[in-house]
Amino acid sequence: MCSDTALDYEVAQGRAQSFYARFERKDELQHQTHYCPGCGHGIANKMLARAIDELGIQDRTILVGPVGCSVFTYYYFDVGNIQAAHGRAPAVATAVKRSRPEAVVISYQGDGDLSAIGSAEILHAANRGENITVIFVNNAIYSMTGGQAAPTTLLGQKSTTTPGGRAADTEGYPLHMSELLATLEAPVYIERVGLGDNKQTAQAGRAIRRALENQVRGLGFSLVEVLAPCPTIWKMSPVDAQHWVRDVMEKTFPLGVMRDRTGEAMPKPAAPPSPALEEIPRILGVADEDLPQGNAHAVEGSREVDLEVRIAGFGGQGVLLLGEVLAEAGLDAGLEVSWLPSYGPEMRSGTSNCHVRLASGSIDSPLVSAPGILVAMNEPSLRKFDRSVRPGGWVIYNGSEFPADCARADVRVLALPFTEVAHQLGDARASNMIMLGALLEMTAVLPEASVGAALRRLVKNPRWIELDERALARGRALFREAYVEVGA
Amino acid sequence: MDAKKRDRGLLRIDQDECKGCGLCIEACPPKVIALSAELNHYGYRTATYAGAGCTGCGICFMACPEPGAITVLRAVSHPAAMAAREGAAHA
Amino acid sequence: MRKQLMKGNEAIVKSAILAGCRGFYGYPITPASEITEAAALYMPRCGGVFVQAESEVAAINMLYGAAAAGVRAMTASSGPGISLMQEGISYMAGAELPCVIADITRGGPGLGNIGSEQSDYHQVVKGGGHGNYRTLVLAPHSVQEMADLTALAFTLAERYRNPVFLLADGFVGQMMEPVEFPQQAVAAPTPGWAVTGSAETRCNVVNSLHMGVDELEAHVGELEKKYRLAEQREARAEEWQTDDAEIVLVGYGIVGRILKAVTAEARAAGIKVGVLRPITLYPFPTAHFRRLALRARLFVVVEMSNGQLVEDVRLALNGARPVEFVSRTGGNVPSHEDLFRYVQALARQLNPGARAEEECLAHV
Repeated sequence: MCSDTALDYEVAQGRAQSFYARFERKDELQHQTHYCPGCGHGIANKMLARAIDELGIQDRTILVGPVGCSVFTYYYFDVGNIQAAHGRAPAVATAVKRSRPEAVVISYQGDGDLSAIGSAEILHAANRGENITVIFVNNAIYSMTGGQAAPTTLLGQKSTTTPGGRAADTEGYPLHMSELLATLEAPVYIERVGLGDNKQTAQAGRAIRRALENQVRGLGFSLVEVLAPCPTIWKMSPVDAQHWVRDVMEKTFPLGVMRDRTGEAMPKPAAPPSPALEEIPRILGVADEDLPQGNAHAVEGSREVDLEVRIAGFGGQGVLLLGEVLAEAGLDAGLEVSWLPSYGPEMRSGTSNCHVRLASGSIDSPLVSAPGILVAMNEPSLRKFDRSVRPGGWVIYNGSEFPADCARADVRVLALPFTEVAHQLGDARASNMIMLGALLEMTAVLPEASVGAALRRLVKNPRWIELDERALARGRALFREAYVEVGA
Repeated sequence: MDAKKRDRGLLRIDQDECKGCGLCIEACPPKVIALSAELNHYGYRTATYAGAGCTGCGICFMACPEPGAITVLRAVSHPAAMAAREGAAHA
Repeated sequence: MRKQLMKGNEAIVKSAILAGCRGFYGYPITPASEITEAAALYMPRCGGVFVQAESEVAAINMLYGAAAAGVRAMTASSGPGISLMQEGISYMAGAELPCVIADITRGGPGLGNIGSEQSDYHQVVKGGGHGNYRTLVLAPHSVQEMADLTALAFTLAERYRNPVFLLADGFVGQMMEPVEFPQQAVAAPTPGWAVTGSAETRCNVVNSLHMGVDELEAHVGELEKKYRLAEQREARAEEWQTDDAEIVLVGYGIVGRILKAVTAEARAAGIKVGVLRPITLYPFPTAHFRRLALRARLFVVVEMSNGQLVEDVRLALNGARPVEFVSRTGGNVPSHEDLFRYVQALARQLNPGARAEEECLAHV
């Protein structure tokens, strides 16, 4: 009957090209979806497929599928498919889009997925203004798991977890995701549509197409919330369920455009072009030609070096920098070095300390539990570590009065008011470099040129380099005055 | 065949794909779709075109949750287009 | 190649970019934040993507998206954040997506503290998330290894299409040591299975759902095959003065460094000690243990956790040799002085005759 007349007719509405011809989900009836009779997902899927067809973006489209009744979208849509964890589709879609800006990325989610477990992911994807399209199918219930309450469940609506109907006192109120997201600055288009009758359905189709078009134009985040019937869980006939969307659901979730900035939105600027591979080492600061010549200023004489230093003070005294300059100078002098900080809140307040090792041979452990030299920039630091100094070692202490109870017969001490000296030099903050100068003079291992090179690598401000150099010299002189010249 | 006597539209319904939800019946403005008396492979009573009266509006198509259970055709009124289609169909 | 002084955490990012990583999705946490900060600085400059996610849950799912789109991508976190990522890691293993995750471990459980621990061993090495899967785990003990093993991690992640962990303690992340990098950046080809938004990849699906019971069992079987292959090919360990060792000290990360110091001191005291340092924690270097068990008399496991590594050592040795266990937690580090005394005592127990001999000599 059809075959004779078909020649006189052309297909006006038919299966979208963006659906696979056959669904390989099951062995038979491979053109049929798994959706229940009258399911809103089927309609939303069709609208989406038609919009993809109409915009000619099938090859470019990547559909991020959710967990829930629409979990099988990858069996149906003949586009690139990525299945996401429950609620996480906007996070997945974010990275897909950022990784492949030419792709058209769709996050298709249900209301349990988007408004409950994935409420953070959708909020932040929207707030970042990701240039993705979100299709949010809201049927006010967890359907796939058998009808538990969702954040979108209506007041009074019965579910398996609100057997007496949703009560505001204990379950709160239906969550209006579209309105919530429309309070954000970044989204360009948010509309709630329904599948409650022919008119609503037609508008839903237009909105979905627009949400996709926005992305193609590069405008930014678009979301269409689709109020959809779930006849099975609602325990209604498909037609009754459809009417319930229009007559009941819509009263809680009014339809309409919540946000439309598509008129004023400008396409997001494209990322700058990637640098050539050859440029990468230089950009990272690891290109050989940009690094200092190692072993530039070799240790004088072929001395065996094994320095174990612990530096401690309060945050802000330059404890870590002192250690860094020492380690950097050691590297410049061709030594093996390690620098290990205490970290965390100690960086922000209270005490700070670091372990530095310089050695001719390889360094086994970077931890210095028994230092040969302790640089104690305040009294609490001295008291924390003084017992750990190994016999024959040194303590360099910031203070003219060395606490008598800390004195040890087997440890030598250089106790001077370094902060005061630094203040006289021009800035109390240079006390760390004066103490380093004393340490360098005491150990007589590192060439001055290595220390200078290290300082210039770590300190960028010329004024500070000048001050630090004077501080280092002062420290060296102080040590000589105290020990070498007097001692000799 | 006389074009004037033909309906503007025509429906094809895939009896295997249809799940008999009835949304197309509800949606159809001229009310030319009904549920079949017989059951299909899955045991659904399926949508069936009355055979006449379709306007080709396509509303049933968008009301139907299945991808291809309904195909809506429209009469080709333009003779050139008709000829072109016939040519393509025979090729 | 020239060396420069650098923090382990920074070395990870630079090595990753040189290895073709062009996506970093992270959430700050001490002591791993420098990784995220370095990625924020360098990733965009090198043509990559950096996103600071709203949570570790989002970060790992962004990694899922980037990997699905065929981009080499990584994240970094620490214990509490890794706990949150376990969901996504399971999905990535299930969907066979490569990625690199750096765990710079801090103290736990709960909020614990920000001190350095190794207490993420179980949650990282044993899978951690739901389902039948494994993650490959590399355990660097120096800044140079932070760089080298990061590059290896990307290679392994793609070879096995599986998440790969860098499991380091806070010390290895925070310390600075000289490090050198390859002078040539790697171009990462897009894998054929990726979904890139093109006609060629339109048929590709990234998915961890297998509804049929037999279908899922077959999938798990395929994953298992990969893991068996990795066990045969990828297990790595460093042996340090083990040739004649009677006592084998076992530890990874910073503990491996301390054990080397203990070994030097013990050797100087005439005690035959060596170090077996697992570099891969999964696959576990079982063969090294079995071989050393032929000669060594005793194994001593030292870890900054409550007996997690020691379980794998006992499994590997399967009763062949006794295993002693030393643990520090809370951010405490086993000092090499304490360990040396401990090893001395063990040596005396093993060789009571030698002790008498020593004492005789001392009296001479």
